[in-house]
Amino acid sequence: MAAMSIPAAPGTFRYQLGSFWKDFSASRGALVGLIFIALIFLVALLAPWVAPHDPALQDRSALLVPPVWHAEGSWRYILGTDAVGRDILSRLIYGARYSLSISAMVVLISMCGGIFLGLLAGYFRGWVETVITRVMDVVLAFPSLLLALGLVAILSPGLTSAMIAIALVQLPYFVRLTRAAVIGEKSREYVTASRLAGAGHMRLMFNTLLPNCMAPLIVQATLSFSTAILDIAALGFLGMGVQPPTPEWGAMLANAREFMGSAYWAVTFPGLIILLTVLMINLMGDGLRDALDPKMKRS
Amino acid sequence: MTSQTLTMFKFILVKLAQLVPTFIGVTIVAFAFIRLLPGDPILLMAGERGISAERYAQLQAQFGFDRPLPVQYWEFLKGLLHGDLGNSLVTHSPVVGEFFSRFPATMELSLFALAFAVIIGLPAGVLAAIRRGKTLDHTVVGISLTGYSMPIFWWGLLLIMFFSGTLGWTPVSGRISFMYFIEPVTGFMTIDTLLAGDWGAFLSALHHLILPAIVLGTIPLAVIARQTRSSMLEVLGEDYVRTARAKGLSSYRVIMVHTLRNALISVVTVIGLQVGAAGRGDPDRDDLLVAGHRQVDDRCDLAARLPLGAGRSGADRVHRDDRQSAGGCGLWGH
Repeated sequence: MAAMSIPAAPGTFRYQLGSFWKDFSASRGALVGLIFIALIFLVALLAPWVAPHDPALQDRSALLVPPVWHAEGSWRYILGTDAVGRDILSRLIYGARYSLSISAMVVLISMCGGIFLGLLAGYFRGWVETVITRVMDVVLAFPSLLLALGLVAILSPGLTSAMIAIALVQLPYFVRLTRAAVIGEKSREYVTASRLAGAGHMRLMFNTLLPNCMAPLIVQATLSFSTAILDIAALGFLGMGVQPPTPEWGAMLANAREFMGSAYWAVTFPGLIILLTVLMINLMGDGLRDALDPKMKRS
Repeated sequence: MTSQTLTMFKFILVKLAQLVPTFIGVTIVAFAFIRLLPGDPILLMAGERGISAERYAQLQAQFGFDRPLPVQYWEFLKGLLHGDLGNSLVTHSPVVGEFFSRFPATMELSLFALAFAVIIGLPAGVLAAIRRGKTLDHTVVGISLTGYSMPIFWWGLLLIMFFSGTLGWTPVSGRISFMYFIEPVTGFMTIDTLLAGDWGAFLSALHHLILPAIVLGTIPLAVIARQTRSSMLEVLGEDYVRTARAKGLSSYRVIMVHTLRNALISVVTVIGLQVGAAGRGDPDRDDLLVAGHRQVDDRCDLAARLPLGAGRSGADRVHRDDRQSAGGCGLWGH
């Protein structure tokens, strides 16, 4: 803590980080969200050591065993087993790997693509902007899930195509946000100064403008992350995303559906973990927005 | 014409002109869907029996698949502007007809879902703003954030499991009890039953609508409650609200007349967006309404309680590889 006691000079990175953390941690919800997400990431990372069973292991002597708090439940299968005797808890733990990594990739792809296109549109304006915004309007005009479904059907169902489809559906939000931010910043004096100092297009775009447009983009990235988790699960649920027997949360739900009359646990827990993860990311996103973007601050 | 109306007129014209390239783009994507989906539609139609080479060529010519793609696109566009989306490759009936026979069911459900969202969400947002920082406020904020994060395809299953399964309160599927046969007039089951003057049937239709409306209304409810709360808080801080209080007006009047009316401006915008979503499927984060409809409605076999909506038609078609229809239903999204 000794390092914290020396006040950092305003304007330095450490000062900014400190003031960001002060704003962020002021919201209890945001902290809870951050801790939960960190835990989920940790569990996903350490899945082979944390999970009590192999997620693909089928125990024929324990089909649809209820969770431990039922009379017929056992500590061997804490959250019960599914219809072919696989441990639900272990599958959820391994499933976190898929949901989190696919969503992270989705955000990465659509954020990089969106920033690039948005920078081009906002910086060059003119016909470049027209073409980019029109194409994005077309993407926005389709119901996102239908567009993703169609793309996946064309690319053949699976992990990679689900990822590409959802990244494409999310792209316009990043493009629009970057473009608007760039247009707002472009007329500021520091940009003019940088141009007068002889900075080229690339330097102006990526070194001068981009860092000053990042705040809303980071907030959008969190929102996109939670949307991506929902969309991946939805595609998996519809049978067009990650294919069984991969323990993906949405696919688990779809498999369990036919037993929902007799084995509520097989349906309840995968959905619950999706809900919790998305909720916690959204909580964190609210905190991030309050800390990073005073303009978007919720009253 | 004043210069202001002229500017407005120009603005509208420009906006309309901008729609044209978007429309063309959407038709191209829809057409691409129809053509790019894997599998040969004619071989698919022929089924396992196979098909002779002559018959194959004949069918290709009949559907126009043998012509160059730009020509096919042009034909597609021409048909579209005439309100003709082609015939379904599976059922051979016009896609437009299939679409419109399902559309009222979608509309009806969406409207009920929205009504549910507004009736609960608006007062909840107002109360939360008035009791800012109190338990009630935290509860509303918490619930709306949860609703906002809800995977509704799971939410639907859960509610069915509980209300239809455990409690046995609501039916599991369908639009109306099989005891009633109602001649469709408008396609809206609730209106048709009323037109027929059959109260029992009307109640049955309502009974079948409740659960899906709640499921689909959950996200809009969360959005509306959040928006109402934050815009109420904004207005409550205005000087004229303080003046109204200083004048000695009752707090009921201050809230209902001075604050709520002004706060409603942005709330109405948000509700409008949700209505748009009901008919159009806006891809906004907030507007999972229709997407959710599709999810809940079309693959949950037990959950197929949701009527044969247009959304169902769309996703169904992708599954059945009925590309003509899928493209058509996708266009409806525009």
